[in-house]
Amino acid sequence: MANDVIFIDVEKRMLTANGPMNLVIQATIPAGELVALFGESGAGKTTLLRILAGLVIPDKGLIRFGNTVWFDSAKQINIVPQQRNISLMFQDYALFPNMTVEQNIQFAQPEKNQSAPNELMEMFGLSEFRKRKPNGLSGGQKQRVALARALARKPQLLLLDEPLSALDAEMRITLQDEIVQAHKLLGVTTIMVSHDLNEVFRLASQVLCLENGTITRTGKPEDVFLDNSISGKVQITGQIARIEKQDTIYVVTVISGNNQIIKVIAFENDLENLKIGDRVMVFSKAFNPIISKLR
Amino acid sequence: MDAQFAQTLWLTLKLAVSTTIILVLIGLPFAYWLAYTKVRIKPLIEALVSMPMVLPPSVIGYYMLVIYSPRNWFGDWLGRIFDVRLAFSFEGVLIASVIFSLPFMVQPLHNGLRALPDSLREASYTLGKSKMITFFKVLLPNIKPSVITAVALTFAHSIGEFGIVLMVGGNMPGETRVASIAIYDEVQALNFEAANQYALILFLISLILLTTIYSVNKKYDTWRMM
Repeated sequence: MANDVIFIDVEKRMLTANGPMNLVIQATIPAGELVALFGESGAGKTTLLRILAGLVIPDKGLIRFGNTVWFDSAKQINIVPQQRNISLMFQDYALFPNMTVEQNIQFAQPEKNQSAPNELMEMFGLSEFRKRKPNGLSGGQKQRVALARALARKPQLLLLDEPLSALDAEMRITLQDEIVQAHKLLGVTTIMVSHDLNEVFRLASQVLCLENGTITRTGKPEDVFLDNSISGKVQITGQIARIEKQDTIYVVTVISGNNQIIKVIAFENDLENLKIGDRVMVFSKAFNPIISKLR
Repeated sequence: MDAQFAQTLWLTLKLAVSTTIILVLIGLPFAYWLAYTKVRIKPLIEALVSMPMVLPPSVIGYYMLVIYSPRNWFGDWLGRIFDVRLAFSFEGVLIASVIFSLPFMVQPLHNGLRALPDSLREASYTLGKSKMITFFKVLLPNIKPSVITAVALTFAHSIGEFGIVLMVGGNMPGETRVASIAIYDEVQALNFEAANQYALILFLISLILLTTIYSVNKKYDTWRMM
């Protein structure tokens, strides 16, 4: 399926909270992968997703999906969202409040049949809520309906805009598994916006890092985020929450993605390029950690 | 109930119903366009639509009379080509009433559409649905309270319209004499009993309509925001 590669080369001038910014994106996305768009908020992740969906029109450039041109400013081609055969799952889910769970899913079907919605509702554990309207659902249930609806469209490309940001940690992990399952089952190329490093590691096979409107690094998550020279066997990623000086050493408190608090000893020269808020990796050699069963 | 009383009420109702139906047909597409357009003169268009709310009816009525007049090219053209005379006719009053009630239809619909999250529309588009299907299946059902408000306000407003009917239509029984004008007329003739009957009916209709609007909106209040 080499011809399903998505080719993006676009520019878009956008206004952000921090003033104007130029989004300049060049990327190739392989077919069938689950790709994460990773970056700080305001880096242009959502805008890039909306450009792919056809909801935002770039100032210039080219977007090709396989052999189909979606956007070409030179030839004045712009395929409308309706004809791109994509699904976009919105951050606020955008479920239609006037329709039941079942009707939301049916609405997305290109051709009406009853078996596909039934299978999707079964798969996401929604069968008992089929007659409920979205406002009677919890956050996690809404998220499942949104995902089921996005899949009911039978898209060539699935776009997920921070799909799990509104959920608590436990629910997030359950739904991460469901996204992975859905992706494996249907094999649809998926691009997911995320600013959660854990999520990227758990879900994505490829990651595009966005900083200030440009892609700075691409590749497998472990290649992009981990320093290859480190042969650590235990690796935990997190954010520095506190740096305390005690006599001649420093105690650095790191909070990992699933809210574990880790304290690490560091020396003055270790801290030269570290500050509070930095993303760091805490690692250890194989013979160092001690294992113990959880009760 | 004497024949003239019934005739006046019937005419009042006919004017209000026709105005409302015409305004639903015009107002829905217009409010949709206004809600999502990016034209630069949008503030001017919004101001023009809202003018009837701030201008005295006599101002609009005056301009309508000028436009309808056979001495004006439009009135002249209507008269020559279609043999239609709009001044002091039911049709003339109807057109004036449609223009005068336009903000009462367009504003609630416009506000309702603007209050919907953009993502609803965009979700429907990305799911492959046309603008038409999106409008009827997604947008319209989700602004039901606004639609009910718009229809009831337009109807109530056209039933009670006085100034513009008097300016454009005068007081011709069976043609342009509606209840609000009849009240004025009866009071002038010191016929308070008839005036009271008209007034009571208008009062009750307006009260029932507004109560309906508020109870419907109350019901939808909790439903609106997810």
